[in-house]
Amino acid sequence: MPKITYVNVDGDQTSVDVPAGTSVMRGAVFNDIDGIVAQCGGNMQCATCHVYVDESTLDKLDPPQEQEDEMLGFTACPRRPNSRLSCQLKSSDALDGLIVHTPERQN
Amino acid sequence: MAGGAPPESVVVVGAGQGGYQTAASLREHGYRGGITLISAEDALPYERPPLTKAYLKGEADEAMLWLRPATYYVRQSIDLVSGTVTEIDPAARSVRLSDGSTYDYGHLVLATGATPRTLDVPGAELRGVHTLRTAQDAAALQSSLAGARRVVVVGAGFIGLEFAAVAREAGVRVTVVETLDRPLARAVSAYTAAHFTRLHRRHGTELLFGQSVKSLQGDSRSHVKAVELADGSRLPADLVLIGVGVTPRTELAAAAGLPVHGGIAVDSRLRTADPHISAIGDCAAFPQVRSGSRLRLECVQNAVGHGRSVAERLAGTSRAYDELPWFWSDQFSTTVQIAGFDEGHDSEVVLGTDPDAFSVLLFRGDDLQAVESVNRPGDHAAARRLLTQGTAPTPEEASAPGFGLK
Repeated sequence: MPKITYVNVDGDQTSVDVPAGTSVMRGAVFNDIDGIVAQCGGNMQCATCHVYVDESTLDKLDPPQEQEDEMLGFTACPRRPNSRLSCQLKSSDALDGLIVHTPERQN
Repeated sequence: MAGGAPPESVVVVGAGQGGYQTAASLREHGYRGGITLISAEDALPYERPPLTKAYLKGEADEAMLWLRPATYYVRQSIDLVSGTVTEIDPAARSVRLSDGSTYDYGHLVLATGATPRTLDVPGAELRGVHTLRTAQDAAALQSSLAGARRVVVVGAGFIGLEFAAVAREAGVRVTVVETLDRPLARAVSAYTAAHFTRLHRRHGTELLFGQSVKSLQGDSRSHVKAVELADGSRLPADLVLIGVGVTPRTELAAAAGLPVHGGIAVDSRLRTADPHISAIGDCAAFPQVRSGSRLRLECVQNAVGHGRSVAERLAGTSRAYDELPWFWSDQFSTTVQIAGFDEGHDSEVVLGTDPDAFSVLLFRGDDLQAVESVNRPGDHAAARRLLTQGTAPTPEEASAPGFGLK
């Protein structure tokens, strides 16, 4: 099963199995990992599931679609080139090994 | 009040999105006192928006809706209690549950939400007649829909239309009956409403406006079989969803002597008349900072914003609640997003010439009050920023050729 690693602002890492088709956001919520709020439940309405994708694993992802790109303008912490909404990152074999860093705050 | 000492314990009545958020934010802000979150449902706190969408379509099970897994509440020392609160004793600062147990509080947060209105007509109690508020309601509706052929939806509000869309996509015949002359009449402009009328008709849904229900008729097994309208016509139906709005749950507050004005009356810091009791979310009528008028909003943003605000105050910081309301709804492949709150507009500016992708700017005088965006997420994002920063355009500016929100 694809493994996703979440790194918080203190550098603490948690690696969990996230079933294919499940979002990186849900993977955090299900596994009780802090740092992702996901206020709108994964509907691309709130930008509170913002993550910074580790540069070393950035090539596993396709670039964001228009709406995600727009909502990334609403993140509580600064948007960076590796910023993504974790609700839009669906786990798959291609994402196995993905490392995401949760920001200091989400809202 | 600039905060003051945090209460020794907080009891939250209602474990919807607002109640959950209060508990979660209290811990985020370092609150160390006892937190009791009392849920009327025997389930972990969950999200409601998917109940009319992914959950109803069978694309999400109940665990997918959980805001947090059970381990979270243990780890955060949030005491999750399943039960019905029957009484508040403001003098003793305690709440009593129907099983006789009592919980003392330093501060009480009422997040009691709202309950769906039912129809006061003969036959309203027949089997096959549903309302939709809880996961249990949605499960019953989903199972009813699986065997249904003809659906009648009473009320063309968001719940009714979202369900109508899911039912149509399931291949069922759907008729929506609305007493007013357009859908979403209390929620969106006539321009946006017209889009939704076209959208649903294009998908084969029958929309009847200016029609009210006289009775619901049942078969010999007390299952609904038809809806009789005021004009005497009769719509066959084996499933009826009543989506005619909600009533805020204010009974506990009223019985405790707290003022109720269309919702539990609170000040700009969400405090009721009793300094030890706050009210948040769907059940709370709060003053809007911009206009001073009392508002009661039914949306996730409001519940979450209120929960966060109350938690910050109880944890020691205090400021007036002043979040921009926003809301969204998905129907078929259309998303409507609303930023701000329209308290009565006198002019509209429409951006975009595509009838299926546009934004409507609602002005009162020169003030932009709200922006409705249909399939224009970028406009919605920009509108939220403009309304929050107070840099919104005037009607003249918005009407200029080439104007864009972004």
